[in-house]
Amino acid sequence: MISVTDARKTYGDFVALDGVSIDIPSGSLTALLGPSGSGKSTLLRSIAGLEGLDGGVVSIAGVDVTHQPPQKRGIGFVFQHYAAFKHMTVRDNVAFGLTIRKRPKAEVRKKVDDLLEIVGLDGFQHRYPSQLSGGQRQRMALARALAVDPQVLLLDEPFGALDAKVRADLRRWLRRLHDEVHVTTVLVTHDQEEALDVADRIAVLNQGRIEQVGDPVSLYEKPANDFVMSFLGSVARLGGQLVRPHDIVLERDRAAAFEADARTPGSPGVVTATVERVVRLGFEVRVELRADSGERFAAQVTRAEADRQQFGPGETVHARATRPADATEVDPALAI
Amino acid sequence: MTATTLPRGDSATEPDPPHDEPAGAPPTREGRRPAATAGRALGLGVVGLWLSVIVLLPLAALTVRSFDEGVGGFWDAVTAPVALAALGVTLGVSAVVALLNAVMGTLVAWVLVRDDFPGQRVVNALIDLPFALPTIVASIVLLSLYGPNSPVGIHLNATRWALVVALTFVTLPFVVRSVQPVLIELDREVEEAAASLGASNLTTFRRVVLPTLAPAVISGTGLAFARAVGEYGSVVLIGGNIPRETQVVSQYIQQQIEIDRPANAAAVSVALLAVSFLTLFVLRVWAGRNQRKEARSS
Repeated sequence: MISVTDARKTYGDFVALDGVSIDIPSGSLTALLGPSGSGKSTLLRSIAGLEGLDGGVVSIAGVDVTHQPPQKRGIGFVFQHYAAFKHMTVRDNVAFGLTIRKRPKAEVRKKVDDLLEIVGLDGFQHRYPSQLSGGQRQRMALARALAVDPQVLLLDEPFGALDAKVRADLRRWLRRLHDEVHVTTVLVTHDQEEALDVADRIAVLNQGRIEQVGDPVSLYEKPANDFVMSFLGSVARLGGQLVRPHDIVLERDRAAAFEADARTPGSPGVVTATVERVVRLGFEVRVELRADSGERFAAQVTRAEADRQQFGPGETVHARATRPADATEVDPALAI
Repeated sequence: MTATTLPRGDSATEPDPPHDEPAGAPPTREGRRPAATAGRALGLGVVGLWLSVIVLLPLAALTVRSFDEGVGGFWDAVTAPVALAALGVTLGVSAVVALLNAVMGTLVAWVLVRDDFPGQRVVNALIDLPFALPTIVASIVLLSLYGPNSPVGIHLNATRWALVVALTFVTLPFVVRSVQPVLIELDREVEEAAASLGASNLTTFRRVVLPTLAPAVISGTGLAFARAVGEYGSVVLIGGNIPRETQVVSQYIQQQIEIDRPANAAAVSVALLAVSFLTLFVLRVWAGRNQRKEARSS
């Protein structure tokens, strides 16, 4: 388990970590999610020992490592831009941690070959990093980090420099890898989709503080506040409240809308709006609307629903939310 | 384990490496548009002419002159004991100076790039001063500091140490200026990666940083060596010009001119030239091989 208690770090006037505490269970894959400047990278780097803290305690597996250098923390670190040793072959890159520990050559060779097979770089042993694609380089970096059998694997925006297709492939691959290797993994990302896709726990950070920690479903379903809600998934503002676009129901019949809304306690009420545009996105249909108050929002309905009601631009509809997105209704255990 | 194994050679689904890194072979000449041919021919012509007039012609003239008294005369001139001694002193001192530069120049560059201290910009600007200063001024400065009336009590006048000090002074910028940009470009994350893998600072420097810096260090050292071999002004006052002791080749050549032996002067000059050329050539080949190793095409 990784345990961070009241971590503080400032750079001049900028507060990167403002009293962050978090426990990361052994064997979990935790994502630190937040916008840039939220302190997520600083938190990761201070767990690694690459960044010193102004205050607070970091412990790994029960050992206080706050004042230990990264060399002694038993970590593996993967950087966004690969940090490959360019003058070494793929094999030498992966072997680096083992060769400096003076392990027997045969053992190093076997371990490196095994790891390269796991990351799908078998046969690339004698290439140089410059001869690999971005995704291949990052898998090499991952193999290099895993070679030293780290207690924790720390990944700093590992897929940030890759294009969308490779990114999606690699993160699912990482998920499968984690299911096999079970090393405690912490991943920093600003991409909510990535966090939801790969992590079994997510910590949302904002302005140097942790807003909420929990599993992906509870964070999505029961966000602790508006920030978490709007950062994790898309939102629409309906009658002054934030709701998920797929929780909005559009009715042509005003009376029906009000009747249904009356059965939903705490709902934002019925908002009468004009359809501006109907966008078909495969299975989903996004209906862009302008409320009578002038506020614009979008609802997400199924194709069947859109076909049934035949919305068209300029028509008047009545929007209601199927359930309240009440930010205060949260399991207290999830909020930090 | 097979579940996580990606298919080999999946480069089809992945983008090419970003273009800021050397990727594969450079575009072939045949691949260029024909319109560029005329421009290229003109460019080649101008460069060829310029190099001929500025470099090749004088060197050719010198070489021809050195054989004025035949091959035997050339050989005699070069192997005259005093000439050989001057060559030996020059090469020996230059080698020491080059090594000093390799170590200290790298250190200076490191401190200038990595450390933050007051007056850093001034120090950075000072590095180029030995370049800008007339070398005779350097000699005067060194003479007044380490000469017979040394205010600090160090008397180097007419010793080989004086040569080392003078040549180190004038060759200071070479290694510093060639290593600095490489250090600035050096990715700090690479060092952090090494640290996270358990490498001590020394190991990281030796196995990760130094191999990256090596080409720059070597090319800077080579330039410093070549410059030291040919240096005249900075050693003329403090060197003492003692034959077989502190007389460097450039001073020997000057002496031969003064006693009206221009063929001897030319012959020794050609020997000096050959040494300089060989040094630079070896370095170029070495650096080229290193670069290819890093960017070998797949």
